[in-house]
Amino acid sequence: MKQFRSFVKKEFHHILRDKRTMFILLGMPIVQIVLFGFALTNEVKNSKIAILDQSNDVSTLALRTELAASRYFDIERDLHSYKGIEEAFQSGKIRLAVVFPKNFDADLRHFNKAQVQLIADASDPNVATTLVNYATAIIMDYQDRITHDRRLPYTINTELRMLYNPQLKGAYSFVPGVMAMVLMLVCTMMTAITVVREKEMGTMEVMLVSPVKPMKIVMAKAVPYLLLSMINITSILLLSVFVLDVPIRGNLLLLIGESVLFTLTCLAFGLLISSSTASQQTAMFISLTGMFLPTVMLSGFMFPIENMPLPLRILSNIVPAKWFYYIVKEVMIKGLGFAAVWKETLVLTGMMLVLLTMSVKRFKIRLA
Amino acid sequence: MGGAYFPPTSASSGGVRAYNLIKHYGTQKQLVQALRGVSFEVQQGELFGIIGPDGAGKTSLFRILTTLLLPDGGEATVDGYDVVKQYSEIRKRVGYMPGRFSLYQDLTVAENLEFFATIFNTSIEENYDLVKDIYAQIEPFKDRRAGKLSGGMKQKLALSCALIHRPSVLFLDEPTTGVDAVSRKEFWEMLNRLKQQGITILVSTPYMDEASLCDRVALMQNGEVLTVDSPEGVINSFQQPLLAVKANRMLPLLNDLKAFEGSDNAYPFGEYHHVVLKEGTEPAVLENYLRQRGHGPVTITTIRPDIEDCFMALMRN
Amino acid sequence: MNNNIAIKAESLTKKFGDFTAVDGISFEVQKGEIFGFLGANGAGKTTAMRMLCGLSMPTSGKATVAGFDVYRQNEQIKRNIGYMSQKFSLYEDLTVKENIRFYAGIYGKSDAFIKEKTAWLIDQLHLGTEANKLVKSLPLGWKQKLAFSVAIFHEPQIVFLDEPTGGVDPVTRREFWSMIYDAAESGITVFVTTHYMDEAEYCNRVSIMVDGRIDALGTPAQLKQSFGAQSMDEVFLKLARKAVRSAD
Repeated sequence: MKQFRSFVKKEFHHILRDKRTMFILLGMPIVQIVLFGFALTNEVKNSKIAILDQSNDVSTLALRTELAASRYFDIERDLHSYKGIEEAFQSGKIRLAVVFPKNFDADLRHFNKAQVQLIADASDPNVATTLVNYATAIIMDYQDRITHDRRLPYTINTELRMLYNPQLKGAYSFVPGVMAMVLMLVCTMMTAITVVREKEMGTMEVMLVSPVKPMKIVMAKAVPYLLLSMINITSILLLSVFVLDVPIRGNLLLLIGESVLFTLTCLAFGLLISSSTASQQTAMFISLTGMFLPTVMLSGFMFPIENMPLPLRILSNIVPAKWFYYIVKEVMIKGLGFAAVWKETLVLTGMMLVLLTMSVKRFKIRLA
Repeated sequence: MGGAYFPPTSASSGGVRAYNLIKHYGTQKQLVQALRGVSFEVQQGELFGIIGPDGAGKTSLFRILTTLLLPDGGEATVDGYDVVKQYSEIRKRVGYMPGRFSLYQDLTVAENLEFFATIFNTSIEENYDLVKDIYAQIEPFKDRRAGKLSGGMKQKLALSCALIHRPSVLFLDEPTTGVDAVSRKEFWEMLNRLKQQGITILVSTPYMDEASLCDRVALMQNGEVLTVDSPEGVINSFQQPLLAVKANRMLPLLNDLKAFEGSDNAYPFGEYHHVVLKEGTEPAVLENYLRQRGHGPVTITTIRPDIEDCFMALMRN
Repeated sequence: MNNNIAIKAESLTKKFGDFTAVDGISFEVQKGEIFGFLGANGAGKTTAMRMLCGLSMPTSGKATVAGFDVYRQNEQIKRNIGYMSQKFSLYEDLTVKENIRFYAGIYGKSDAFIKEKTAWLIDQLHLGTEANKLVKSLPLGWKQKLAFSVAIFHEPQIVFLDEPTGGVDPVTRREFWSMIYDAAESGITVFVTTHYMDEAEYCNRVSIMVDGRIDALGTPAQLKQSFGAQSMDEVFLKLARKAVRSAD
């Protein structure tokens, strides 16, 4: 045990004394969250929308003015049929369509109730939800005002239709995505690099010619990065809750437990890489192409997996980040419990065990 | 050279035995023969030198003996244990200092020593008497990071780290390469004191002049052992007369020496040229010859060969 | 100034803050001489050599290399010197020919010159069958000989050798030194830094630096005599033992 402690202590010295790398490791998640958040709020300003007004009455005119007056929307065109909506979206000119049915004002006055349909292009789900939220807010404002003026309970129901990505996969997706990316970078790449560095320095030779069990060397390398990852998860969660208003709907403990699981998977992968490479450059290159790119491309974080061709959809199943990303989204965003993600958790656990066994097995007790 | 040795028996005594060790790297097409049947024995408590240029196979040999590499043929024991089957026993009882001083550059002097002590399940206090002689010299810098030490100090720290668990056999792979003459001298003095403690020491070096500091040496070249003997023994085995020759114009002198009928070999040697005479050739004949060739005042001295002369003679065989 | 002098240093000094790395050294190196520049780690050899190669500006003192001033004419100096260190001279992943071409190209030699001399050099070194092989596949001794040939390929007036022959076998080492003698014979001045004393024995004259100063200068025979020593190793130890500083 003393051996192990002194190993871990040594690893911490390595990390703490390399100030620049440590700064990058701890600063990276913060920068990414802020960048993604900033990019999002910036994008919805002056979004072009289309209006299909089948009623043309006082109320629709009033709502239309409200929408136009908001800094979020520019009315790009007026439509005359449902068919026009499709065309407008496909030409890429608009991001949101607002449909007022016939007799909007009449319904509102006689039944105190009316419908508005909001149709959004959900291929960029973050933008779609944000736009829909703003539009709904404007409509609700109007509803509150007329309720207040006429002292009658009016209700305007907004009906949503998301085009191209109906389940709205990817809403707030960047938070789980950034988590996956950061953990991947810290654990896989840094672990691979530190092990390989010992090979390059020649210290690994001395380690091997000592009674230390390979397992201990491997585990001691993992501990500090596990801790560093926990710090990163904490900072990402704090930022997303308090700065970006992305709530944690589900169980926090479950979320953290799943993150630890994914971290271990990444660590195991990093160790596996290190056992088959001899230079830090190669280790970095393999971690980037073998883990980072698939994480970005095939986890569903940047591009919805449903829209991918079949081979890529199948390939995405072996990317650990895909499962983690799914789990975090279900738990954090949708607020579901363990029952909803146990299958995915099992897959991830299996991957972790396979990778860990492989890396311990491949960790050579001799050189070359 | 292998003929004089027998395969080691499994329960043999301490020290180191190598029998017909073979190691090659690379593929069938581009095979690099690192060791071509290396045999020797090192007695317990001996200071044994493996002397040979880069590429002779010294590092491969050390890596096999320290259980870091598997031999492709042959057998070896360290302290009585087989390097293949009983590697974990060997790892408990050897100290190893690889060619590059493998220290953690970002850990301090004290942290390095402490770390190496704990991985061998011991503490600095327990074996301090063994390393104190060496460590005392770098202790004033114990809070300095290893990366900021001079070559000589790194060498001392690496040696302390390799010794801290009181190994019974110590392997030092080129410990003096890249270190200045003063530190080299001190280092050999340290090794001699360690020998007094009964530790078997194997040192490899490309510097021929260090051979005389060992009890016995194995001269290696191209993966083969040229000879195993005491330094005096190596020198005594040089049978031909050897002369050191000096004249005003050294370059034409060398050409003439090479062309001389009675010379077996001639080569520059510092400020002199050395000439190995064929059996029965008298130095006076050479002196005459050089005078005829127009070399003015010539100094010719019969000398005792040093290891470098012997090494070259062995390489020619 | 004397045309037979390749390097001349007068009270050459380099300070880094409070630390005087090179402390007013003065010496002359004749044209065609093999000059050994010795010193323990940290004695100031490297700093002194960097100033002479025009890589580092002296703090004070004077020096000329190949007749050019180290303060003002470092570009001309670089064009007229060659440099070889044991470790970093050749590109392992380029072939023999490519290495030669590359270095010759740096010095702006004409294509015809490069072509002709490359053929001559490969023949001289008996590298005919290896000319198109990667340098890393060559034995160490050949690499060193090739590195030296490349360093003098552009026919410099002075060649600086930084610990050139560590680790090679005695036979190859002698082949290497006979290349150095040939170069010196053809008029190239050879400036060798090393801390291996048996290399020093091959030099015409040697200087020994201790703590930033030159404490001894002369032929190996002279030095051995005046220090009452059997070998250069002994001379060096007698001097270097006095050294106060040891850091690199």
